[in-house]
Amino acid sequence: MAEEEVKFRVSIDGIPVDVAPGTTILNAARQIGGDIVPPAMCYYSKLEGSGGKCRTCLVKVSKGSEKDPRPMPKLVASCRTTVMDGMEVENITSPDVVSARKAVVEMLLINHPLDCPICDQAGECKLQDLGYEHGEEQARYEFARRTFEPIDIGDKIQLHMNRCILCYRCVYVANQLTNQREHGILYRGDHSEISTYIENALETDFIGNVIDVCPVGALTDKTFRFKNRVWFTKPVDAHRDCPTCSGKVTLWYKGADVLRVTGRKDEFGEVDEFICDTCRFDRKQTSDWKLEEPTPVEKYSVIGSNHYPEFNPPAVIKEDKKLQTANKEQFARTEKLK
Amino acid sequence: MESLSNRKKVIEQRPMNFWERIYLPAIARGLSITIKHFFKKIPTVKYPEQIRPYSKNFRGQHSLKRDELGRERCTACGLCALSCPAEAITMTSAERKKGEEELYREEKYASVYEINMLRCIFCGLCEEACPKEAIYLDGPHVTADYLRKDFIYGKDKLVEPKFDITKLAQ
Repeated sequence: MAEEEVKFRVSIDGIPVDVAPGTTILNAARQIGGDIVPPAMCYYSKLEGSGGKCRTCLVKVSKGSEKDPRPMPKLVASCRTTVMDGMEVENITSPDVVSARKAVVEMLLINHPLDCPICDQAGECKLQDLGYEHGEEQARYEFARRTFEPIDIGDKIQLHMNRCILCYRCVYVANQLTNQREHGILYRGDHSEISTYIENALETDFIGNVIDVCPVGALTDKTFRFKNRVWFTKPVDAHRDCPTCSGKVTLWYKGADVLRVTGRKDEFGEVDEFICDTCRFDRKQTSDWKLEEPTPVEKYSVIGSNHYPEFNPPAVIKEDKKLQTANKEQFARTEKLK
Repeated sequence: MESLSNRKKVIEQRPMNFWERIYLPAIARGLSITIKHFFKKIPTVKYPEQIRPYSKNFRGQHSLKRDELGRERCTACGLCALSCPAEAITMTSAERKKGEEELYREEKYASVYEINMLRCIFCGLCEEACPKEAIYLDGPHVTADYLRKDFIYGKDKLVEPKFDITKLAQ
């Protein structure tokens, strides 16, 4: 006789949800969705063993389980804590969690250089979002920030160690997606840094995914370096028949040029399917891809600003061929702006 | 027929008398008004030579600022272009090469920075958005021109000339 599927009932911020045993609180919250999902900087559902490092997903467990209703003594990392039947979790309803998260953001930003105007990740940076949503307006830290000498780790990927928050996601990517890992964390504690073993270039098929998984701008696409700001480019879903990966990507357009190719990201900023380096770095022509549709962008996302569905000149000019030819150069500029 | 509004006025048209017919008193009265204006204080100024005091928060032509070492402050972060409601600003960024450290402040700079002065509404949002204090609308009025293309101001017109900070302090 087949065993009946056991479901645990947990409530997160008062919203009940039935989940399978062994699910983490974070994943249970993600099944509900919305504002009550704790932010996560290091946890990545597609990477085994990730999580538990950044402490941004701290939640308060106000009732341990049905059998043992005592609350947990401290705030717990929701990405590593599995649910129990009858567990009650407080996330944004608990002032403890809100203030703890504020402290975690401040901690993460202690050594972050805050060079967002230069950083290519700005606009899709998780740390930016986190700081904006949960952080303080003003930093209190007034000492010199930790800095590293820039290291060249290859011609495809740019490493900015100063921006790193040591989430270990890229290390897991190299461990789990590629057959040899060339980079890792050196040193300990405050001195930890991501680096390649004797500065070896990372040359494997899937190593480009470290760019997508990096929550900050520590690992960015060198082929896209300083090309344009994220919010001036237009994301379009596309696919191609790729022998090594699924070939499902997002192309980032500026005018008619593909500036960047990334994996498709879901609402939690995690890629659906990892893509190979050939798709990411070497296929930057529209003719290489079969376009699907513009990537849906959140209503208030900065990426959706200044984009219009179509070029729409004023009615006066639309009618008049003479005006159109006279302002041809102007139109070309307007097109370029989009 | 009775009028609807009762506001109708019947204008009396009578023939002019002798004094009115020679026009001279009316001309003299008109001239006296004209001559009186000769002795009044003139409210206008001769603009390009003489400039009226401006309000402190007057917003004129943009200028891209330099820092105290004469390096360009702009890093082409694109926040001015993003905040611009008229979408007048475009830019292309480039990476600072070795040996250009005294030209540009940060490792990224704007190789092309263009403002379309026809689109610009001088709202000052770019100034407000700038995280590097690189753009200010502190210039004079943008002058008139004949061709549309001449209103697209590049870095040659926008970047402020180099100055010596030590002399400026005196």
